[in-house]
Amino acid sequence: MTNRMTTLLLGTALALTSAGIASAQDKTIKIGALSDQSGLYADLGGPGSTLAAQMAAEDSGLMKKGWKIDIVSGDHQNKPDIGVNIARQWFDVDKVDVIVDVPNSGVALAVNNVVKEKNGVYINSGAATSDLTNAQCSPNTVHWTYDTYMLANSTGQALVKAGGDSWFFLTADYAFGAALERDTSAVINSSGGKIVGSVKHPLNTADFSSFLLQAQSSKAKVIGLANAGGDTTNSIKQAAEFGITKSGQKLAALLLFITDVKAIGLETAQGLNFTETFYWDLNDETRAFSKKFAARMKNGAPPTMVQAGVYAGLIHYFKVMDAAGSNAHDGIKIVNAMKGMPTEDPLFGKGTIQPNGRKIHEAHLFEVKKPAESKSAWDFYKLVGTVAGDKAFTPLDKSTCALLKK
Amino acid sequence: MTTITENSIPTPRRGIRDEMVAFVIMTALLLVVPLTGVYPFFVMQALCFALLACAFNLLIGYGGLLSFGHAMFLGSAGYFTAHALKVWGFAPELGILVGVAGSAVLAVVTGLIAIRRQGIYFAMITLALSQLLFFVYLQTPFTHGEDGIQGIPQGYLFGLFNLAKPTTLYYVILAGFLAGFLLIYRTINSPFGEVLKSIRENEQRAISLGYKTDQYKLLAYILSGTLAGFAGSLKVFVAQNASLTDVHWTMSGEIVLITLVGGLGTLFGPVVGAFVIIAMQQYLAGFGQWVTVIQGAIFVICVLTFRRGIVGEIAHYFKRSL
Amino acid sequence: MNYQALFAQLLVGLINGSFYALLSLGLAVIFGMLNIINFAHGALYMMGAFAAYFLLNVAGIGYWPALILAPIAVGIFGMILERTMLQWLSGLDHLYGLLLTFGMALIIQGVFQNYFGSSGLPYAIPDELKGGVNLGFMFLPIYRGWVVIFSLIVCIATWFVIERTRLGANLRAATENPTLVRAFGINVPRMITLTYGLGVGLAALAGVLSAPINQVRPLMGADLIIVVFAVVVIGGMGSIMGSIITGFALGIVEGLTKYFYPEASNTVVFVLMVLVLLVKPSGLTGRAA
Repeated sequence: MTNRMTTLLLGTALALTSAGIASAQDKTIKIGALSDQSGLYADLGGPGSTLAAQMAAEDSGLMKKGWKIDIVSGDHQNKPDIGVNIARQWFDVDKVDVIVDVPNSGVALAVNNVVKEKNGVYINSGAATSDLTNAQCSPNTVHWTYDTYMLANSTGQALVKAGGDSWFFLTADYAFGAALERDTSAVINSSGGKIVGSVKHPLNTADFSSFLLQAQSSKAKVIGLANAGGDTTNSIKQAAEFGITKSGQKLAALLLFITDVKAIGLETAQGLNFTETFYWDLNDETRAFSKKFAARMKNGAPPTMVQAGVYAGLIHYFKVMDAAGSNAHDGIKIVNAMKGMPTEDPLFGKGTIQPNGRKIHEAHLFEVKKPAESKSAWDFYKLVGTVAGDKAFTPLDKSTCALLKK
Repeated sequence: MTTITENSIPTPRRGIRDEMVAFVIMTALLLVVPLTGVYPFFVMQALCFALLACAFNLLIGYGGLLSFGHAMFLGSAGYFTAHALKVWGFAPELGILVGVAGSAVLAVVTGLIAIRRQGIYFAMITLALSQLLFFVYLQTPFTHGEDGIQGIPQGYLFGLFNLAKPTTLYYVILAGFLAGFLLIYRTINSPFGEVLKSIRENEQRAISLGYKTDQYKLLAYILSGTLAGFAGSLKVFVAQNASLTDVHWTMSGEIVLITLVGGLGTLFGPVVGAFVIIAMQQYLAGFGQWVTVIQGAIFVICVLTFRRGIVGEIAHYFKRSL
Repeated sequence: MNYQALFAQLLVGLINGSFYALLSLGLAVIFGMLNIINFAHGALYMMGAFAAYFLLNVAGIGYWPALILAPIAVGIFGMILERTMLQWLSGLDHLYGLLLTFGMALIIQGVFQNYFGSSGLPYAIPDELKGGVNLGFMFLPIYRGWVVIFSLIVCIATWFVIERTRLGANLRAATENPTLVRAFGINVPRMITLTYGLGVGLAALAGVLSAPINQVRPLMGADLIIVVFAVVVIGGMGSIMGSIITGFALGIVEGLTKYFYPEASNTVVFVLMVLVLLVKPSGLTGRAA
């Protein structure tokens, strides 16, 4: 019955629809942090993303200039219909201006439609699918942190170069898994590797044994995990239990977050290669922010790249609002202004937003440390390489976004 | 053997007058809703669930059969209509037709299987059949699995009414609901309905009177499934998406809950139940999973002490038929 | 044919079959005595896993004691439910039992979801059963082998108690004719309560066994119970042995499906149910209901 809490929003529902007419000096902003608050992606987004939004509001300095910033949060439970209902009601009843985070590509693409229909602002940090800035791009959307093209391009290429030239995919059966498998397959094929098979598993699976056995009997050199969060940690742990990693097949965690590494434990996770665009221990600025962030988290966890992206995306949005002087509540106009201004923030450094909504910044290839190398509670990654922003993401001339055809 | 419904069968003449008065009041209230400023999305959703629960109630309240899989009609019709609208570009009326026809076929097939057992077995079989369909829809490409069918165009009904306008859509949904409701009302008060009630009360006697009870039960099941599908098709225009949520067993449970709260075997119970449960979900939204706990508690309370449901209790107190 | 993969999938099937057997056995025992289909069975299975999790993380009590303590604790909880709620349903339509236990399942699952979210909590395999052996034709993780063997022992022991001991004879007699058994001076209501506790305890035991494999999740029993319902419909609830055999057999069928046609592995049990209903509506071993 949890599912039909569908429409549930924080408290307000049957509210009267008031005709909110924005005055010229409207200095109010309402932010909706839409995420998986209790499921398999809650650790990488969830309450941490709401906290990141709050910290962005505090650090923006806008409140001192007379702005009023409200943040509400919602739980989409990884169900597109629930996400859409929340988003629609946020715009219709609660007059939300910006929706941030939204992990789970299926939900993210569904919400993308609503934001466009309601002319809101959508700063997606949590979802991976590169469709957000290609086939399904929208003038109201900025896709901040990472995408499947970038992950495939970076991790996929590195692993093929290291000799992993035959692949079997273990794919989460929804928009994200499909996009990640598609983008990674393209990279593998073009770098001379081959795909020997794939199996789809339902989102939020507990027992991967039968899928892993299929992967094992394929005799592929690399088992590509086109899944995320709890699904990834479960597949890695159970691959160890079935002796798959010991028998010589290599696991490729195409998307891995720091919270996942924590859940797997270094003993099992050591040596995994993967790509992220943010790590708390990259430089002084990321360390300073992460320390403040971790102090306010219930479990003391540093920010994941998704949560970092929520913060950085909002910082940029606030700069645009500050420059405008008031909130016009016009999504396309605001997103265009965001694209027109170069970005700079303590977490992702300098960057730009492309006309298709793709945020460009560096991507880092990491390796998980051995238990002996780890010096503190969250000291997990060794930096192996860095890919420049323009090399990491889809080049504009390859983007299929309709906004680019003018 | 006792029956699942504690609400008595209406006494014909006076009953019909009471029901008419109640129907006029209900219709009048629903007609003025758009003027009150209540969030129309909420009322439209409640109407779809009300129709769904009325269809379910036809089966349990009058046929004594508890289906724990009615979500399969809601969700299937939703998928069919959504696909017809989005992929085939059908007009709304044709899209609805596709959904209703599809759920009718589904009802015939599942009915022939489920009707072979009764009582709790019937409940378990319908539940298992709907779970079978859930997995089928999870894997077939046309439903887009977890992602569902999104951004469904609402279009112009009969080429005239723009369903993208909330007020127009509201009256179309209301018309659909009233049509379904009247059809059910007509069925219950037809000779067919009388036979159904006699089967519920005492199947052996009905058989000995020469009725082929299995055929009556199957017909009731098909009618109920088809109307539930109609509710599912209408819901597509409100939600603009079709997803696994609507075929999941939790949805089937919710349909049972709505009807139980309103009053099994009462005419207006499912409508009242739908508004109560949907409103509760909205108001308690901020409490997360406690909504599930509260729904469970309502189940328990209803079964232990409140088996007549809201409308059933009112009708019993005033000795009226509602 | 890849025998290694086939045997491995069969093992996975046998493990699922163990859970089906333990759960449908419990359902059959409860149904026999209370005439109730216990929809809360999945939720109580989940509570068994959580009990093991709490024992470990709160009290530091490990897997082996939990294997006994968790079923007892959950069994007592079940008996309280029976005393406070289920017993008021006697004399009413059986469907009310289904509805009531469905409500109880929602309450239990909802409470756990509130506190633990919906993703899994890890529960480690006990040290004694870690690792695996290479049997030549397949790689056998020791813990999974243990689950199959232990479940089989528990099932047969339960069968023995019910079919071959005096206690079981009383129980079966009370199922057939409670009034007569009461006349012999046997406390039938207490027997009903204990039976419910036993059925629930079996579910909780399955939960503990499942914790290291499936993780501990509030909704772990919710979908499983529907498959078990299908198993019960297939097997019929007439005999204890019937539900055990059907449970394991369907697990094996599922394992075979995973090897030969993985796409159908979720649906095969339901399809079989349909086929059985078409051929023999009362189930393979069941009495007509």
